[in-house]
Amino acid sequence: MSEFFAMNGYAFYVWGSYGLALLIFIIEIAMVRHKRKITLQQLRLMRDAGEEGQE
Amino acid sequence: MAINWFKYSAPSTFYGLAGKLVPWFAWSSAILFAAGLYISFFVAPTDATQSEAYRIIFIHVPVSILSMFIYLVMALYAALGLVFNTRLSSMMATALAPTGALFAFIALWTGALWGKPMWGAWWVWDARLTSELILLFLYLGFIALHSSIDDPRRADRAAALLAIVGSVNVPIIYFSVKWWNTLHQGATIKFTGTSMHVAMQQGLWLMMLACWAYVFAITLTRVRSIILERERNTQWVSDLMGERS
Repeated sequence: MSEFFAMNGYAFYVWGSYGLALLIFIIEIAMVRHKRKITLQQLRLMRDAGEEGQE
Repeated sequence: MAINWFKYSAPSTFYGLAGKLVPWFAWSSAILFAAGLYISFFVAPTDATQSEAYRIIFIHVPVSILSMFIYLVMALYAALGLVFNTRLSSMMATALAPTGALFAFIALWTGALWGKPMWGAWWVWDARLTSELILLFLYLGFIALHSSIDDPRRADRAAALLAIVGSVNVPIIYFSVKWWNTLHQGATIKFTGTSMHVAMQQGLWLMMLACWAYVFAITLTRVRSIILERERNTQWVSDLMGERS
């Protein structure tokens, strides 16, 4: 197992690559979900205010 | 043809369609990543000259190819929006840009982490690397230009122009390893066949498909928010919000 993680001495490079890719994917997914939540929230506020939204 | 394709160019119709497609792409992506990573790390053999460090290619190659392809799709959408004045095309272009930029960044990062042990340098001003860096800047320029103009329709047109002009960079990246004597190696998988081990090919293809599915899922989710935001004063959005209550 530890041999697998050691990547024959290239652990830093291999896991550094996959680690950053994973981190970016997680952050992007979180941001896209957050944006959807915020957008729906704003639309609800607009609707509840019962007025035409200002451009 | 029974299908009216123009129907889906209306943001209101596309919003619903995209919503149905997102879970499919998201789950496909998760399954393909699991299978792809398994083959990349446990099935594909150790490389004869690059040892285990070569395993970086299973993420590096798919994201690099997609960073170029996403740019072309983005520029095409932007151009369609510019020529036909279709709102949805411009929204798609805007939704693709952040993912394209992130993919270009991952391509450069994983390339640096591969270059250090193999070439002895994190970075060299090689034609392939430099043109990929320019691609990242083009994405960032597109995003910055679009967000700097308040009127969304004007922002679409200005950013579209940048995207179209910048698309000349994509063939430069692609052919750079042929046109110039680059440190970056040429393609191993060619139309004429490949010398690559079959498990390595399978790993690459699975990771490629996984990244494709990821891009679809993330872009469609992002474009749905953009559609709602930009169509917020329309009747269909108020109807939609009435239903959600």
